[in-house]
Amino acid sequence: MDDILRIEDVSFRYDDEDVLQHIHFRVPKGAFVGLVGPNGSGKSTLLKCILRLLKPQTGRIFLFGTPIEQFKDWHKIGFVSQKANSFNTGFPATVYEVVASGLAGKLGLFRRLKKSDEKAVYEAIDAVGMSPFIHRNIGELSGGQQQRVFIARAIVSQPEFLILDEPTVGVDVHHVQSFYDMLERLNKQHHMTLLLVTHDIGTITEKVTHVACLNKHLHFHGSVQQFAQLKTEDLASFYGHHLHLLAHDHA
Amino acid sequence: MLEALFQYEFLQNAFIVGIFIGLIAPLLGVFIVVRRLSLIADALSHVTLAGIAASLLVQKTFVMGATFNPIYLGMAFSVAGSLFIEKLRTVYKHYQELAIPIILSGGIGLSVIFISLADGFNTDLFSYLFGSVSAVSRTDVWTISIIFFIVFAVIFLLYKEWFILSFDEEYAQASGVKVRVLHFVFIVLVALVIAASMRIVGILLVSSLMTLPVAASIRIAKGFKQALWLSVLFGELAVIVGLFLSYYLNLAPGGTIVLLAVCILIGAIVWRKWKRG
Ligand SMILES: Nc1ncnc2c1ncn2[C@@H]1O[C@H](COP(=O)(O)OP(=O)(O)OP(=O)(O)O)[C@@H](O)[C@H]1O
Ligand SMILES: [Mg+2]
Repeated sequence: MDDILRIEDVSFRYDDEDVLQHIHFRVPKGAFVGLVGPNGSGKSTLLKCILRLLKPQTGRIFLFGTPIEQFKDWHKIGFVSQKANSFNTGFPATVYEVVASGLAGKLGLFRRLKKSDEKAVYEAIDAVGMSPFIHRNIGELSGGQQQRVFIARAIVSQPEFLILDEPTVGVDVHHVQSFYDMLERLNKQHHMTLLLVTHDIGTITEKVTHVACLNKHLHFHGSVQQFAQLKTEDLASFYGHHLHLLAHDHA
Repeated sequence: MLEALFQYEFLQNAFIVGIFIGLIAPLLGVFIVVRRLSLIADALSHVTLAGIAASLLVQKTFVMGATFNPIYLGMAFSVAGSLFIEKLRTVYKHYQELAIPIILSGGIGLSVIFISLADGFNTDLFSYLFGSVSAVSRTDVWTISIIFFIVFAVIFLLYKEWFILSFDEEYAQASGVKVRVLHFVFIVLVALVIAASMRIVGILLVSSLMTLPVAASIRIAKGFKQALWLSVLFGELAVIVGLFLSYYLNLAPGGTIVLLAVCILIGAIVWRKWKRG
């Protein structure tokens, strides 16, 4: 049971649109998987199926070896949603309160935050560089700052498996870089397993261990070395247009 | 006033009930407002009215019915209405607010029918509509204190989960929070608090006790905990001062309390303006 996530023959359709077709997919323990694909290719849909927010019509999904219908340990999983900042911006909650809410699953019903939990909250906020804003209301922050708060909320419970759906949308270059460095650190030092949806293929190939290319079907799934050997034509056919994969060299 | 308070049981009843609802109505109100469900309180209060009107009809038609306390049927209607709202919200997934006008008009329709069957308005009905200091009985006090303890305990125990649910429903679901159960508990409590509050503030004004103190507090609160505390503070202030004034000036307590809450709200808005320069 070395797979954190196993997806077997999952298909999903919205009312009349097939979005995922016969997906087989696995995330081994300790992996850092980059999931890429063009807009509308079903990446967010796949993540929602994993998180039980949507129910696939066919197929089975296992988390930590358990079918998700029976899976109970949701606190082992952290999640940053693609549209994290679609919340009610008038909501009276401080950065601290929002990040602390990431501990709810781990604490369980009826429990309150202990000293050690409070420390974890401060550390998570510090890790995304939001300490100066800790007592600000979340609605009074910029979009990128809010996104960093949601990242802190996802990592505060030190999940074993962290799922991120384009977490760096709206985050500036400097903080994107330090965020990717942080992900690498979490993966290498804390042995956190990561599944990251991104359009930033160039950057992630330096950090990830595996890459998956989704466009309704899973077109490619393998190690980053295998991915690097893919021909530009393969990628272009998958994306449906030409892609300058190596254009990030100057970085 | 204080000697009157010791002297008259009805005043004691009114103050005990007032202090209870001054706490739980704004407390629940915070969750209602931040989830953008403010109108649910209005819809449910009109369903409660149907329950009250039905009770008055029962009192009138059956000899035995005279001792029947309308608060129970009001509560039953309110809870039934809340369950119905939940059902409608799942049917109209993308138009969740549609449930509110449906229930609201249904409640008014039923009330009007019961009222006309019971031969129109009487003073009893009037006191339920606008609240009354003298109408609170000892049974009401007991019923409402039980509701008070239930609501308070549930908010205390489920605070974390309700916070996540209110802030970000999708995230709540993804973290394994039992969203449907929590929401169900929430709306039933709202229904109970509305039925409990109507004695003092009256059915037509119940929802304002749940929303006005909150509207004031979120203007100035830093964070959710502070919003909760301030809402309760404002709610209690409006209720207690309102009861005093209505007793002395012989006004309907509902209106007095609500007008005070409006004054507090204006104060909060001005204070924030002034503070920001
Ligand atoms: N709620 C919905 N109802 C119906 N169709 C939907 C819904 N959400 C998404 N879709 C459709 O499903 C397809 C996949 O959407 P999804 O959000 O999974 O794409 P994505 O890969 O995450 O894209 P992006 O890169 O833009 O985030 C799209 O074609 C979209 O039109
Ligand atoms: Mg997406």
